[in-house]
Amino acid sequence: MTAITDMPDVPRAARRPQIGNPVLRWLRTNLFSSIPNGILTIVLLAVLAKGVISFIQWGIANAVWFTPANDSSACRAVRGLGACWAIIPEKYRFILFGTYPFDEQWRPALSVLLFIALFYLSTRRALWRRELVFVWIGAPGLISVLMWGGVLGLSFVSQDRWGGLPVTLILATFGLAFGFPLGILVALGRRSKLPAIRSLSVLYVELIRGVPLVSLLFMASVMFPLFMPSGFNIDKLLRAQIAIILFAGAYLAEVIRGGLQAVPRGQYEAADALGLSYWRKNRLIILPQAIRHVIPPLVNTFIAFFKDTSLVLIIGIFDLLTTAKTAIIDPAWQQFSVEVYIFVAAIYFVFCFAMSRYSRSLEAHTGAR
Amino acid sequence: MTSDAPRPPPRRRFFGAFGRRELKGLVWQVLVVGIAVAVIAFLWSNTVTNLSARRITTGFAFLGREAGMPIADSLLPYNPRDTYFWAFVVGVANTLRVAVIGIVLATILGTLIGISRLSSNWLLSRLAAVYVETLRDIPLLLQLLFWYVLMQALPAARAAWRPVEGVFLSNRGLILPAIPFGPPQLAVLGTAALGCAVLYVIRRWLVAQQMRDGKPRPAWPFAVALLIALPAVVFVLLGVSWTIEWPELRGFNFVGGLTLAPEYFALLIALVTYTSAFIAEIVRSGIQSVPRGQWDAANALGLRRSLMLRQIILPQALRVIVPPMTSQYLNLTKNSSLAVAIGYQDVVSIANTTLNQTGQAIEAIALIMAVFLTISLGISFFMNWYNARIALVER
Repeated sequence: MTAITDMPDVPRAARRPQIGNPVLRWLRTNLFSSIPNGILTIVLLAVLAKGVISFIQWGIANAVWFTPANDSSACRAVRGLGACWAIIPEKYRFILFGTYPFDEQWRPALSVLLFIALFYLSTRRALWRRELVFVWIGAPGLISVLMWGGVLGLSFVSQDRWGGLPVTLILATFGLAFGFPLGILVALGRRSKLPAIRSLSVLYVELIRGVPLVSLLFMASVMFPLFMPSGFNIDKLLRAQIAIILFAGAYLAEVIRGGLQAVPRGQYEAADALGLSYWRKNRLIILPQAIRHVIPPLVNTFIAFFKDTSLVLIIGIFDLLTTAKTAIIDPAWQQFSVEVYIFVAAIYFVFCFAMSRYSRSLEAHTGAR
Repeated sequence: MTSDAPRPPPRRRFFGAFGRRELKGLVWQVLVVGIAVAVIAFLWSNTVTNLSARRITTGFAFLGREAGMPIADSLLPYNPRDTYFWAFVVGVANTLRVAVIGIVLATILGTLIGISRLSSNWLLSRLAAVYVETLRDIPLLLQLLFWYVLMQALPAARAAWRPVEGVFLSNRGLILPAIPFGPPQLAVLGTAALGCAVLYVIRRWLVAQQMRDGKPRPAWPFAVALLIALPAVVFVLLGVSWTIEWPELRGFNFVGGLTLAPEYFALLIALVTYTSAFIAEIVRSGIQSVPRGQWDAANALGLRRSLMLRQIILPQALRVIVPPMTSQYLNLTKNSSLAVAIGYQDVVSIANTTLNQTGQAIEAIALIMAVFLTISLGISFFMNWYNARIALVER
């Protein structure tokens, strides 16, 4: 590799005389600075061109965009040569909302918009005030009214008919909303001076982090009914939600613990000197500083969770990925799963990429301080 | 507060020397442990009642029974008449087969991409950035299903792709030329491994000698003797054949060679590409964490490029790289459990089938957890040992 021989910080073109056409100069410094670099550029360009051209041929030029309802013959005609995007307009309502009653699907759609508004508000630093807590209590309430119905003239829709994007957003949002306080408690417990509490916290974190999420989900779906008194039965979605909360709690606890460790000792001592109680000390002095330290890794953990909710597919809960997989069971459309997966991947990508950009901007902000 | 009034005498502590703070701590601990014990006891009693109501026997006796489940692709010999215990062992071997090879490949690919992101070649660094951003923001399970669908969409065995002579890619998976493996081959490899161990000791001794008088002593003659000459002698003595077995298409299937089943291949590709995106970022941040002055100083000493990287840059970068790398290795291993979604029979998939066949939910899930906890502890133990070895020694 030539790459490692020219490291980023080594001063390069900056000191060269700034002559000639700026475009040529840019090409020279960034693409053709040496012979091996030039060869590399040409090879990469060739590969890239081939990739882009074949994708355009498959995805745009030869693609079928619309077909008459429930008729995939046009798609099958171009199979292997072109993409069948027609499957998306055909199936998008099922992919996005699952088996939710067709005429009522404006309700999950509105819920998704509410979720997005909630996320948007939470990212505005100017709005990081106490009032945000009320928004976080109010919005989920409104969303559950919308999803369940049964009041205000909305018809009741039971939980097993929910599906698609709202379920993914519910699992992720509630997983984090409840996992976060749990994580704070466990992180405090892990740094506590009381041996019994400390060892319980360590045990919890290590046990949950040591096993795959899949096994926790299996536990929720298979073993949870065994744990509960007979006759007491809670919904599969809620059981998966509990598993995700427990999982999120363990991971967030470790992130928050990192923040707690970054708070200087003097802050603890000053709080003790003021005679604050343990909880007041943490609530007013330690935790605000600790959490501020770890906002970027927290956002990264959020991204990881958003993606990991897709694992509920394995226990048969209808989240976005499961609805996508189910949509292509239809024999007429079975061969066009790649297109559906690309569509769903784009949805996940938009959410995660937005979060990761935001984390980047936060990092830049906290770094400037 | 300054006043001349005499201070009130300290209040007598209720518990004598035993302070308020300690008492509070004790109360909290008793409370928390009490709640934990109560919850566990509650779950336990429910479970016992439910188990007896459903007539499920507990215990691991079922492990001795005949499994009767087919395992399509296994590293160890297996047939459906073997016991559940052996099926589990086969599953663990399959998990390890994905995890170990995945870790090696992801490390190589991730390092290359991480270095590419730092390249002065604009195109290369942009492409590497796009690779990282895209793969990190799409769920692994989705990528896995995507690769699996692509594997199934490959042409049938008769029309298999042949990118290179002897390599076939079809919906039967990837078929590679292989060397038949037996005890004589193992003996040669064993000799080479032994040579590695001896070489390590010799190298340490040579370095110690150099520390004493400053004269560099090359290690390569020993390396040649131990790693090439010695195995070659064994090779000639045993008369091992290293003929490569080329796969060929006979009838509807391939004969000979090494077959990577589509499920295994899809899982491996998904795990390697996904994890490599994370490793790339770790490697990049590690290299960037080495201060500029270190490069300048090494240049000023006139060190050769390779020596500079090996002796100055890498040791410092590794300190930043190794701890997060450990979590990536753990993640990859745990993520291999997604195999259950595409039907590659790793330990989770086999435990799941066992659970459905026998109803022994608690035991099956306990086994999965035990296996993963053991593997995780093993990886962290090794990486912590390695980390301690390369960590900065502050004097």
